[in-house]
Amino acid sequence: MLAGGTDVVPWLRDEAIAPVALIDIKAIPDLHLITDLDGSLHLGALVTFSDLLASPHVAERYPILGEMGHLVASAGVRNRATLVGNICSAVPSCDAGPVLLAYEADVHIVGPQGARDVSIADWFRGPRATALQADEIVTGMTIHPPAKSHGAAFLKLSRYEGEDLAQANLAVVMTAAHRYRIAYGAVAATPLRASAIEQLLDGHALDVDRIAAAQQLVAGEISPITDMRATKEYREHMCRVMLERGLLAAQARLNGAGPAYPARLV
Amino acid sequence: MKHEITLTVNGETLPVDVSPNDVLLDTLRTQVGVKSPKIGCERGDCGSCTVLLDGANVRSCLILAIEVDGHHITTVEGLSNDGLSALQEELIAASSFQCGFCAPGIVLVAAELLEHDPEPTRDQVREAISGNLCRCTGYDPIVDAVLALAEREGSDS
Repeated sequence: MLAGGTDVVPWLRDEAIAPVALIDIKAIPDLHLITDLDGSLHLGALVTFSDLLASPHVAERYPILGEMGHLVASAGVRNRATLVGNICSAVPSCDAGPVLLAYEADVHIVGPQGARDVSIADWFRGPRATALQADEIVTGMTIHPPAKSHGAAFLKLSRYEGEDLAQANLAVVMTAAHRYRIAYGAVAATPLRASAIEQLLDGHALDVDRIAAAQQLVAGEISPITDMRATKEYREHMCRVMLERGLLAAQARLNGAGPAYPARLV
Repeated sequence: MKHEITLTVNGETLPVDVSPNDVLLDTLRTQVGVKSPKIGCERGDCGSCTVLLDGANVRSCLILAIEVDGHHITTVEGLSNDGLSALQEELIAASSFQCGFCAPGIVLVAAELLEHDPEPTRDQVREAISGNLCRCTGYDPIVDAVLALAEREGSDS
């Protein structure tokens, strides 16, 4: 199944895949649509990162989609690469992963048995492995922020500004009622929700002590590896730093202050 | 099995016979005969194969030729109808490039940027070319030339 092709074409060249046929789905108009559903947002399977960045509505209502999109690769890739493709290739560092976890996306799937939805929480099964069966396709996603008005932040740690895969990434979403959603990527076999940290924070305002207590839980939430991009020790340390910066930025933005979206917060 | 597709390359519409797995970069270089998109990393990282697809910059190494049947491709050869564009003249005057392998891609993304935003900031220029690797110059002479052109054209208008 061919959408943006930014993964599929190199795989073809490397002979990592040898399909009997490729089906280009780009001519299906409905799959390009971004549709607001009054508080939730439907994203068709062909929505590219550039499409997200070009939408004023997305920027206003779902701001970390754009904050994330700005940090994905470069414009030449973003003009072709799709969000759905990002979670279908499912590398652990995929930038869409933490944002979709924090926005509690449902992944819409169609196959011979009909249509089904899979929560993004059940989607990632391992590096490059997902809940999608071989005879199924993803038609889109619907994201569900915790409240229309929310403060949020997406942080991507990489070796240099510009085109690089994440050493670690983090999405933070919080509401005025002190509900928190926190998700990390590139620091485990799959992107993950930091549920113990969310439990510690839920119902509470942020202060220095609570943030410090949350940082104590980071090591228990993640299981980073050492690879060519970073050591596991550096990743773990930076995940604590990013948590504090992400929480403070999300809180400031919730209160109408803080760095304007999109910002580079780490 | 070959399929005939139609490409409009730099304003000229032509039929091209391609196999389903032919990559656009290779089709442009070997069949259309346009050599400015360069074969670099062939995995979308370096930007040297950049072309404009319907006006937006893309990596031609990440696209199958058959995907763009009926679409418009622009390479540096098509930026100006007569001679060099003002942007190219500026880059030459500033000695912005050394080996020049990255130049076609950078010229195209800079041209696209200036088309959408005639007075970009330094950060916007750096962001626009961030997907185009240059191993010679450190980028500053390129950014300087783009900004100098934008400033001069802005003051002219």
